[in-house]
Amino acid sequence: MVKNLKQKMVALAGDQAVAFAAKQSDVDVVAAYPITPQTIIVEQFSEYVANGEVETEFICTESEHSAMAASIAASATGARAFTASASAGLALMHEMLFVASGCRVPVVMAIANRALSAPLNIHGDHSDSMAQRDSGWIQMYAENSQEAYDSIIQAFKIAENSNVLLPVMVGLDGFTLSHTLENVETFSDETVKEYVGIRKIANVLTHEGKLAPFRLDPKNPMTMGPIALQNYYFEFKRQQEEAMSNALMVIQNVNKEYGELSGRKYGNGLIDEYYLKDAEIAVICIGSTAGTMKTIVDQLRKEGIKAGLLRIRTFRPFPSEYIRTALSNVKAIAVMDKSMSFGGNGGPTFHEIRNALYDSNPRPFIVNYIYGLGGRDTSPTQLRTIYSDLQQILTKQTIDQSIKYLGLRE
Amino acid sequence: MTSKDKNWKEIAPAGVCSKSSKSFLTGDWKTYTPIRDVKKCVRCLTCVIFCPDGAINWVPDKKDIEFDMSYCKGCGICANECPTKAITMKLE
Repeated sequence: MVKNLKQKMVALAGDQAVAFAAKQSDVDVVAAYPITPQTIIVEQFSEYVANGEVETEFICTESEHSAMAASIAASATGARAFTASASAGLALMHEMLFVASGCRVPVVMAIANRALSAPLNIHGDHSDSMAQRDSGWIQMYAENSQEAYDSIIQAFKIAENSNVLLPVMVGLDGFTLSHTLENVETFSDETVKEYVGIRKIANVLTHEGKLAPFRLDPKNPMTMGPIALQNYYFEFKRQQEEAMSNALMVIQNVNKEYGELSGRKYGNGLIDEYYLKDAEIAVICIGSTAGTMKTIVDQLRKEGIKAGLLRIRTFRPFPSEYIRTALSNVKAIAVMDKSMSFGGNGGPTFHEIRNALYDSNPRPFIVNYIYGLGGRDTSPTQLRTIYSDLQQILTKQTIDQSIKYLGLRE
Repeated sequence: MTSKDKNWKEIAPAGVCSKSSKSFLTGDWKTYTPIRDVKKCVRCLTCVIFCPDGAINWVPDKKDIEFDMSYCKGCGICANECPTKAITMKLE
């Protein structure tokens, strides 16, 4: 394949970019149910179907639970399946998410991240996907529409890798990305089709010791996800953990090969470092906030402040070791969470980071900022205060308050 | 558990089995057995459609339905749905 292929710049909202990527990825089945702010994805895709631009089987299901069930079934037959959801829709899928990861079906799902009721709110935060972090899905988050487009294409390569075989969800911030037009560099349909390729079905040694293609086929009957009780269930869960750890390498490889093709790389695929090499203070965040944060780091650097940023692109598998290495010289860290773990002493990202850095020597100061819940706007001025707080922590050599709420009326 | 049980590296992913679930007879789970009164039965096939286990089949040669007790779990949906009350559930 030719490297740095010719690309076409088009104006796309995040949702449109996702739908376009799914269209180009030669998806066989899309089973979906609309929900704001994801609706444009399936709406756009249904247009491709209606126009005869794709050969995809489009299933309008009666709920998200069914959308996921249909996606799992389609994927189990060896088809390439894609769906999208958000908020309450993703919550309704909860049960089936575990079936997908347990059955090892490489379904790809886009999540236009949105808050959960009550009170009713349609705007962006990470409460929906963070609540599914233990469902056995690979989780990636995009910083902009370009990355949403690229990540969907990459997600099929990651999910379908025979060392992984796990479902992947790609998060894009509701409205901030899903409904905002951006310039997106796109490949031709043929290029993506060739890059993603036809889904390869690995052979598997069944329980009875028979070698067979790992897919449901009426001519060659097979049972997937059967009952496994006290004597076997545990072993299957350990296998899923192994697949997650294999994904750490696969995600990096895909990021690299896609980077050669497109000229775009997202850090190492797992984390995106910005001025971290010599940074003394650093912020860790997920998603579109990183875009604003980078401009703040630029300003601080001009002022001679050694500030850096680490954006977590892959949340599951959590790249602990890579984060530890990237932050080895940083003395004070602020972790930003766009969701809450009520009564959990900080947000989910904070938990992961403190866990990852517990063995660091010397151990840095780590504080948590909960922000942007329900789509609350967070201004650059507010974001900048995080760095001045970190500077103060370094001066005082102590943390006054480990969990703060940014932009909350107090 | 025995020492013969495979470890996590040896087992098939997702527990895939070469056999289909057809070889797993679930009929012995039942507490109640459906009894059909052939005189009341009008062969409307409502029970065939409603049976969640596909345990009631239409046999064209006989022009009649047949219960497959190897898979009937005795849920009683057929008896509940039967428009002529031809099916009753009997405690085994």
